[in-house]
Amino acid sequence: MCMLRAIFSHPSGRIGGTIVLIYVVVALLGLFDLTPHYPLQQYRIDRLHAPSVVYWMGTDLFGRDVASRLMKGVGQSFLVGVSAVALATIAGTILGLTAAWFGKLWDGLVMRIMDVLLAFPAILLALLIIAIAGPGTWTSVAAIAIVYTPIFTRVVRGPALSIKSREFVDAARTFGSSKSYILTRHLLLNLVAPLTVQVTLALAWSLLTEAGLSFLGLGTQPPASSLGLMLADSRNLMETAPWLLIFPAVAIMISILGFNLLGDALRDILDPKTRSRTA
Amino acid sequence: MSYLARRLLTFPLVMLGVSILVFFAIRMIPGDAITAMLGTEAGLLTPAQRESLAAYFGIDQPILVQYWKWLIGVFQGNLGISVIHGKPVLSIILERFPLTLQLALMSMVVALAVGLPAGVFAATRNEKPSDLIVRIVAMIGQSTPNFVVGLLIIYALSAGFGVLPTMGEFTPFLTDPLRNLGQMILPAITLGFAFAASVTRISRSAMLDVLSDDYVRTARSKGVPKRNVIWRHALPNALIPVVTLSGVEFGYLLGGAVLVEQIYALPGLGRLVLEAILQRDYALVQGCVLFIAFNFLVVNLLVDLLYVTLDPRIRLGEGG
Amino acid sequence: MTPLLSVKDLRVGFGRDPAKNEIVKGVSFDLAAGETMAIVGESGSGKSVTALSINRLVDFGGGKIIGGSIKLTRADGNVLDITQAKEPVLEKIRGSEIGMIFQEPMTSLNPVLSIGTQIEESFRLHRGLTGKQATAAAKDALDRVRIPDAARRLKYAPNQLSGGMLQRVMIATALACNPRLLIADEPTTALDVTVQAQIMALLGELKRETGMAMIFITHDIGLVAGIADQIMVMQAGQAVEQGTLGEVLDQPQHPYTQHLLSAVPHFESGRAARTDFSRKAKETPALDVDGLVVRFKVKGSMFSRAQGSVHAVENVGFDLMPGETLAIVGESGSGKSTTARAILGLVKPTRGRFATHMGSITDATDPATQMVFQNPYASLNPRLRIDSILAEPVIAAGGRVTNETRDKMKALLKRVGLPEDSLERYPHQFSGGQRQRLCIARALMLNPSVVVLDEAVSALDVSVQAKVLELLVDLQKEYGLAYLFVSHDMAVVERIAHRIAVLYAGQIVEIGDAASVLSNPQHSYTKRLISAVPSIDRRNQHFEIDTRQVPSLVRPPGFEPPEAQWREFGPDHRARAEA
Repeated sequence: MCMLRAIFSHPSGRIGGTIVLIYVVVALLGLFDLTPHYPLQQYRIDRLHAPSVVYWMGTDLFGRDVASRLMKGVGQSFLVGVSAVALATIAGTILGLTAAWFGKLWDGLVMRIMDVLLAFPAILLALLIIAIAGPGTWTSVAAIAIVYTPIFTRVVRGPALSIKSREFVDAARTFGSSKSYILTRHLLLNLVAPLTVQVTLALAWSLLTEAGLSFLGLGTQPPASSLGLMLADSRNLMETAPWLLIFPAVAIMISILGFNLLGDALRDILDPKTRSRTA
Repeated sequence: MSYLARRLLTFPLVMLGVSILVFFAIRMIPGDAITAMLGTEAGLLTPAQRESLAAYFGIDQPILVQYWKWLIGVFQGNLGISVIHGKPVLSIILERFPLTLQLALMSMVVALAVGLPAGVFAATRNEKPSDLIVRIVAMIGQSTPNFVVGLLIIYALSAGFGVLPTMGEFTPFLTDPLRNLGQMILPAITLGFAFAASVTRISRSAMLDVLSDDYVRTARSKGVPKRNVIWRHALPNALIPVVTLSGVEFGYLLGGAVLVEQIYALPGLGRLVLEAILQRDYALVQGCVLFIAFNFLVVNLLVDLLYVTLDPRIRLGEGG
Repeated sequence: MTPLLSVKDLRVGFGRDPAKNEIVKGVSFDLAAGETMAIVGESGSGKSVTALSINRLVDFGGGKIIGGSIKLTRADGNVLDITQAKEPVLEKIRGSEIGMIFQEPMTSLNPVLSIGTQIEESFRLHRGLTGKQATAAAKDALDRVRIPDAARRLKYAPNQLSGGMLQRVMIATALACNPRLLIADEPTTALDVTVQAQIMALLGELKRETGMAMIFITHDIGLVAGIADQIMVMQAGQAVEQGTLGEVLDQPQHPYTQHLLSAVPHFESGRAARTDFSRKAKETPALDVDGLVVRFKVKGSMFSRAQGSVHAVENVGFDLMPGETLAIVGESGSGKSTTARAILGLVKPTRGRFATHMGSITDATDPATQMVFQNPYASLNPRLRIDSILAEPVIAAGGRVTNETRDKMKALLKRVGLPEDSLERYPHQFSGGQRQRLCIARALMLNPSVVVLDEAVSALDVSVQAKVLELLVDLQKEYGLAYLFVSHDMAVVERIAHRIAVLYAGQIVEIGDAASVLSNPQHSYTKRLISAVPSIDRRNQHFEIDTRQVPSLVRPPGFEPPEAQWREFGPDHRARAEA
C-alpha cells in the first residue's frame, strides 16, 4: 500500500526497511529450525572451527554451528521482542488513553504508578522482575513489557490530551457522540501514527535489552540459543576464536540499527512536523 | 500552583510507592528467607533454631509490621545488614557508590564533549556530506548495546595491541589518580559511546529546530553576525532539551550500568545489586534498589529545576 | 534623484532547482526616500518572499535570487546591488539601513533573553555602544514606541508581554538605529483590530518623525489605504497592478485588483448591511438566551482556597429568530467564543438559561443547534472519510446510516458546491474553503434550526471568504436557519448580520439592528472599535495613539457586577449606560 511506498522512498526507510525484512525472514527461519545445521547439535570433532564452507560462521566450544545458533538466537529475540512490545502497547494504550480522557483521579493514579515504575533504571527493574519470577524466556518478556508500559502510557497520553482539545473532538461533543465513538474513531485513529513510531523504537530497545539480559544469564537459558548468551560465551575465547564474538555482535548491531532507522523514517512520514529533524 | 511546588510534592509520594514496590517485590522472590540466606546449611537447623532465627530477623511478624519497621529504619539510616557481606547495607552501598558516581560523571563528560559539538556542527551543515557522516555514526552508536561496545573494545585492544585492560583490585581516585583513571577510562568510553550518540542526535535536532525559529530570523534581520546567531541566540535555546536528556541519562547511569561493570569487573552498584539478587540477600537488594531509585528521582528533580531556570516561559508563566 | 530602493525584474526560486520553482517571477518597483509602498496579495502571491529578498533573508529559508537586481542607495550615497552583495556587507546593512518587523510578535523574540538585551543588541552591533549607554539607548527606544514604564520593562522576558506590546518592542528593535527603510511583513495580521489601529498609528508617527521609507506587506487592501503612497498588487508571483494609492484604488485596471476591491468584504460603516429580514410580531425565537454567566475559578496556591474567578461571560442575553443572523462581535478576551461554546454545551455555564424552539436546554447538547468552527484544518478528523464525517451527527443522535442518509449527504454536498465523489475522500484532499463547506454540510445533516458559526471564515483567504459568506446567506434564506455569527472582523460581519451584539470584557455593551449599530455607534467601546476598522475610504488616516489595555476579568469570589442600565436609541438599538 502507499505506506510501504513511502517507507521505501525515504533514505533511512529504505535501509531500515530492508534490514527489518531480512531480520524477520532470518528470525522465522530460525524459529522453525530451517537452519544450515541443527543449532543444538554438537559436532564434537569440529570444535572451534573458523568459518568455512561447511560452517559458514564457524563452530563454538561445543562444536555447534555458529550460523545456526545465530539464526535461532535471532528468532528468539524476535519472539521475545514482539511479545513484549505487543503487551506493552496494549497495556500502555489503554492506560494512557483512559488517563487522558477521564482525567482527574484516574489520571493522577495511573501517572503516579507509572512514575514509580519509571523511578527505576530500566535494567534494574527488569532484573528485579526476573529475580522474582526466575530467569527464562517468558520472564524476559514479562520484564520488558512491564518496563516499557510506562513509556507507552506517556507516549499515548500526551498526544491524546492534545487531540482531545482539537476542534473535531469539540464538534463530536456538540453532536452528542458517545464516549466510545470519540475514543475509538477520533482519538485512537489519530494515535496510530505516534504509536507506530514508538512500537518500532520499542522493538529496537527490546532487542537491546533481551541481549543484555541473556548476556547476564538471566534471559533465555542454555542450551537454547540467544545472541546475548553467545556473546557471553565468546568472552574468554575472544583471542582464539574471534568469530564467536564478531558475528553475534554484528548481528545485534545491524538488527537494532534496522529498527531504529525504520522508526526514524516512520516518524518523518507520519508526523510532518518533525520532518528532517530526526537522526 | 507553581510547577516546581507540584513536583516537590509528588517526590515523597513516588518514593513511598517505590519503597512499597521494592519491599513487596523482594518478598515475592520464591524460596523462604532462611533457606535463601543459609543455603544448604538450612537443612541442618532444628525447628526451634529456625524459629529463633526467624524471630531474630523479624520474619515471623505480619508483613505490614515488617514493612513499617523497615521504613522507620530507613529514615534512621538503617538499611539492614547484608548477609553475604556481614556488614550494614548502607556502608556497603556507600563503599561502592563513589565508583559508580565517578563512572557516570566521566561518561557524561565524554558524551557532552563529543556529542554537543558534533550535533551543533552537523546542524549548521545540514544536508551536506559532513552532516550525513555525523548522523550515520550517531545512529550506529545508538544502536549498539553498551556491553557489545565493551566487548568489541576489549577485543580490539587484545587483537590489535595485545593489551588487556587493567583488571584486578579497583583503586579509588584519591589513592592513586593515575591508576584509577587507567582503570576507568575504558568503561567511561564504553558507556559514553551510546550516550554521546544520543546527545549528538538531540543537539542536532534541537539546533535545527531553533535555527528555523522566528526569533533567529529576527536576529538575522538585525544584522547579527552568524557567529552570534548561533552562540547567543540559538544555542541557549537548543541546550534546554540537551540538558534535560543528559541529566536523565546521568541519573540512569547511577545505578543502571550493570552490564559494563560486569564486563570490566568493576565493583560498582549495578554489580552489587545483581550479586545480591542472585544470592538472595534480601536486605542488600532492598537497600540498593531503594538507594538507586532515590538517586534517580533526585537527579530527575534537579534536571527539572535546571530546566525551569533555563526556560523563562516556565519560570514566569505565560501571558501578560 | 535616485530612488532609495530600485528593484528590477526580481526573480526568486526555492529548493534544489530554484529556476524550476520560481515564487517571484519578475517584480520591479522604485521606492523614494520617505515613501510608503504597500504590497498587497493573498497567500501564495509571493509578497512575503519579495519582502524577504530585499534584505536577502530568503537565503536562510532555502530561497535563492535567480535574476534581477535590487539597488539600495546607502546613507553615504553609494549604490549597492543587494543581489550581488556578500554576507559581511549584508550584515552591516541589516538593522542599520534596513529594518524589518514580522507577523507573529509572540514568537519573533528570543524567549530566553530579556527584551532589553535584544534591543541593546542592535545598538551594540551598529553603533558600538556598550554597557550603560546601550541600556539607556534601549530605554529611549521603548519610550519612542510609547511603552509605559520603559525602564522596568527592559528586564521583562517576551512571554510576559501581550501581542500588541511585543509588536511595539519589535518596532523599537527594528528602528533602533534609524534605518532608512523599514520592511513590515503583515505586522498587524495577528493582532486585534483596536491594537492594530494603535500599531498603524505608531508606524505613521514614526514615519513622520524619522522620514523613513516603508514597505508594508498585507492581504488587507483596506488597511493600506490609510498609510500607503504606492500600491503593488501581487498574484501568483507577479505584480499585476502598481501605481499610486489613488490610481489603484479608484481606477483599478487589472481584473484581480477589481476583484479584491469589489468582491471582497469591505467595511462600509453600515451601508452594506443586510436589509432582507424583519422581525415578525409574535414569533417564537429559534434561540433564547437569558442571563448567561460563565466563570472559571482561578486556583490559588495549594495552601489557600480559590482566589476568585475569571468572569468570562457576564449576564449575556439575547434572542434569535428563525432566518435571522445575530453577530456577536468583540476582540480577544471579550467572551464571544466562550458564549458560543456555552450555548453549544462545550463549556458549563455558571448560570443561565437557554431555550430553543424545541424546549429548554441547560447544558446538554441539542440537535437543533449545530456549529461551524474557525479552523478548517482542525475541524475534520484527518483519519476519517468524508462520508463517515457527515454520518457522525446522525449516528450520535441515535440514527442509523441508511440509503436515505447517503442521499441526504449527496444532496447537501451538491448544495454547498462540492462534487458527489467527495464522500470517498479524506479531508487533506480539500482546500481550506472547501473544508469549511464540508463543515457547513455536516452542520446541516440534522436539519438544525440554529447554526453557531465561531469565526467560521476568519481563517480563509479574502476571496474565498466572500464565496463562503454568499453560500451561508443562500442557505439561510433557503432553510430559514438562524445564525449566531461570532467574529472580530467587522467587514465580514457587515455582510452577514441582521443584528449585532458588541461584547466587551464579557458583557454586551451594545445590541441592535446592524445598520444602526454600524453607522451610529453609541457606546464608547463600539465607537473605538468601529473607528479602528480599516477602510478604503480612509485615506491617509491619522490614527490616534491610545494605549488602553483590556481590563482584567479576574474578580474576587462572590463578586456580582451591578445591574445593567440601558439606553435606547431607536426601535432596535440599545447601549449600556456608562459610568
